[in-house]
Amino acid sequence: MIFNIYDFTSFTQWIDNLLYSNLSPFWALIVEMTLIGLVFLLGYALVGLFLVYLERKVCALMQNRIGPNRVGPFGLFQTIADLIKLLLKELISIKHSDKLLFNIAPFIVIIASFLCIAAIPFAKGLHAMDFNIGVFYVMAVSSMGVVGILIAGWSSNNKYSLIGAMRSGAQIVSYELSVGLSLITMVVLAGSMQFSTIVEAQSDGWFIFKGHISSVIAFVIFMIASTAETNRGPFDLAEAESELTAGFHTEYSGIKFAFFFLAEYMNMFIVAAIAATVFWGGWMPLHIGGLEGFNNAMDFIPPFIWFFGKTFVIIFLMMWFKWTFPRLRIDQLLTLEWKYLLPINLINVLIMAFLVLMGWHF
Amino acid sequence: MVEEIQKTIDTEEEYTINMGPQHPSTHGVLRFVVSLKGELVKNVQPHCGYIHRGIEKMCEKITYPQIIHLTDRMDYLSAHINNAAVCLTVENALEIEMPERVKYIRTIIEELSRIASHQLWWCAFGMDLGGLTCFFYGLRDREKILDIFEESTGGRLIQSYNCPGGLMNDIHPNFQQKVKDFIKYFRKVLPEYDQLLTGNVIFQERAKKVGYISKEEAINFGLTGPSGRGSGFACDVRKRAPYHMYGKVDFKEVLYTEGDTLARYKVRIDEMWESMKIIEQLIDNIPAGDYAVKMKPIIKLPEGEYFQRVESARGEFDVFIISDGNKNPYRIKFRSPNLVNLTAINAMSKDHKIADLVAISGSLDLVIPCMDR
Amino acid sequence: MTNEQLKEKILKLNSSAAIAEGKTYLTVTVPSSELYALAKTLKESEDTAFDYLMCLTGVDYATNLGVFYHINSSKHNHSIVLKTTTADRENAEVDSVYSLWKSAEYHEREVFDLLGIKFKNHPDLRRMFLDDDWVGHPLRKDYVDTINIVER
Repeated sequence: MIFNIYDFTSFTQWIDNLLYSNLSPFWALIVEMTLIGLVFLLGYALVGLFLVYLERKVCALMQNRIGPNRVGPFGLFQTIADLIKLLLKELISIKHSDKLLFNIAPFIVIIASFLCIAAIPFAKGLHAMDFNIGVFYVMAVSSMGVVGILIAGWSSNNKYSLIGAMRSGAQIVSYELSVGLSLITMVVLAGSMQFSTIVEAQSDGWFIFKGHISSVIAFVIFMIASTAETNRGPFDLAEAESELTAGFHTEYSGIKFAFFFLAEYMNMFIVAAIAATVFWGGWMPLHIGGLEGFNNAMDFIPPFIWFFGKTFVIIFLMMWFKWTFPRLRIDQLLTLEWKYLLPINLINVLIMAFLVLMGWHF
Repeated sequence: MVEEIQKTIDTEEEYTINMGPQHPSTHGVLRFVVSLKGELVKNVQPHCGYIHRGIEKMCEKITYPQIIHLTDRMDYLSAHINNAAVCLTVENALEIEMPERVKYIRTIIEELSRIASHQLWWCAFGMDLGGLTCFFYGLRDREKILDIFEESTGGRLIQSYNCPGGLMNDIHPNFQQKVKDFIKYFRKVLPEYDQLLTGNVIFQERAKKVGYISKEEAINFGLTGPSGRGSGFACDVRKRAPYHMYGKVDFKEVLYTEGDTLARYKVRIDEMWESMKIIEQLIDNIPAGDYAVKMKPIIKLPEGEYFQRVESARGEFDVFIISDGNKNPYRIKFRSPNLVNLTAINAMSKDHKIADLVAISGSLDLVIPCMDR
Repeated sequence: MTNEQLKEKILKLNSSAAIAEGKTYLTVTVPSSELYALAKTLKESEDTAFDYLMCLTGVDYATNLGVFYHINSSKHNHSIVLKTTTADRENAEVDSVYSLWKSAEYHEREVFDLLGIKFKNHPDLRRMFLDDDWVGHPLRKDYVDTINIVER
């Protein structure tokens, strides 16, 4: 059996062999890349659309409403209808805007989030690239999105957009630190930056349990910082609608706006996926060392269900923040980062290193 | 010299943005021209008049019973109170004593509309600070009051229920029971408002020490209503110049002395409790009798000047009528609490962040049609 | 203070003031040149302490223009009405009370906008509601606007 929902290694290996045996290595690589690209493009759109739907349903749940319920069963096709509407909308070109940068910006934002997906392990053997510096790569690539946001804000020739973009710049540059340091804390525990190794290391218990105090602190900081980095929830200052109408994407319409919108949701998905991978064991089922029967029962659930399950739980958490909390002010946002999260984080790295040195983790 | 250079640098660094007339947080068609230095607000210049309809001029051409249909289009969130102000002015000028029943019903309806107004303010204030869920909690409860209004008055937003000489028609038989049900329900859900917003750390940080205004300043600026009482200015007309039943019911004038956005917020939350207290004292004892006094078909005020103060949900609402003995007023002036409260916004928001300006203008609870008239 | 005491006090301050008993408040009529001084004394003396300007109204009396000031004391809770008229219709000028009560700022701008009374020493006397290039003052009795105001 080549196709196995518990282990995709043989399946991907089979495709790889098939291509290389029939084509020259160059063309095999090209075909492989195109295939992966197409699959990701499809997955990207589907997950993005589903997340928009989910957000509206979660939001409705928080607000005593029903949410979308007219188009299709349970309103499932509402986001598709919205997408069609956005595709058909006019792209308004702004006078005195920097045309080139204005048009490039949405692509930069969406490419940055696209690049991140490459490193995420969806199930055993199901990832595009298994870097040995996976964590580092994701951190580096994800921070490229802010360039797109800054360009969007600047080229729109709109003061609201500019304020939104500058806020976003300050915010992402600051919170990048906390995201990085909290991931480093876990890298110290795992001893590797490779996602596959990190996930394998959690086969006898997730890192959030293994590293106990230090891991929990790192997880909380990661959740806060990554919510800030995706410009969501109580940290949505870059598009604070009650202050800046729509922030950096005020002047965008139609599909260009949809790109920003989609990128925001995909960033949320990526961040949740990384949190799930690094802290909650990724596709690794819940294992408790010593309990064989329980572990086997857990193994029965396919890994990709574990992965998506964990990711969506974290996404639900992030949506919960967003629909409950009021928005922070820019100075409070920076105070939170530089005065609280960063020092705590630095100490936490030390504690984790100490725990690992002394072997006081599970 | 140094100061001069500093000044030019300052002005060069400043830039202006237009907030409004179409902006999500100006609650209507108000326009602020804001001078900013980075994110710091240096100067706020409000521009009014986008919904100026010349109500005062229109009133000079119409009769007194017709005026009430214009006043509830000014401050549409406390429409009953505006109407009552006009009615009281006319009734006092003609020296007509209202039956007890009318006074009771007017007081109850006014307190209900005060609660409804504060609920909507709470929704909008939460939204201004980015807490979008607040909006639905507030509107859920406001709907119940609007249902009560609809049953008795026939209108939900704009009711025109008061008229010179009493009420347009009697209350619906279900009125008392529905009001009692609502009070019982609202006593249970009002703590939810605190759970959702008041106790939130982010909210407290956003509201505390933002938009401070001292008591002396508040009096000088004429800040009335919850905005003034948040600074400790005892300006509740219901206490200072009682009308309707307010002289006879027991309620507390809510006063906070902090003078910041949080204090203004707390005043409104506490006022909802006080309003419920007032309604509870009256709802069971509405006396039987006429719901209106027989008035002359054409009401003519004797020559003179008549002034009436009432406490609307946003502050002191005054009606000043100068009559020359005709069926329509020679000059009618409405003192809009919103317009006067707006005067203070520049002083309050100086050197605050742009996000605070939104919070401050939200805490003043501005209703633009009342401001522009 | 009761109305009688206020009356006595005001007559002591300004003997030319004409005091009429209104429905509830005293109406003190003073010439526009003396208004500011009287208002200042009323605000600043301890026993009157009129620190709160409730309402400021401009009126067009066809031959002249008038301004009403409804003032109240937050300490003693007594109120009076100050009234002044300007003889000149076209160049009506009254001293601004902005330096006494800041709430007068928008009130005076409104009166300037709709009735055309100029307030001396007002910090920023512009039109409040209407456009800056609007011709005329709509609340005046002789204002004609054939398009927007329908005469019946």
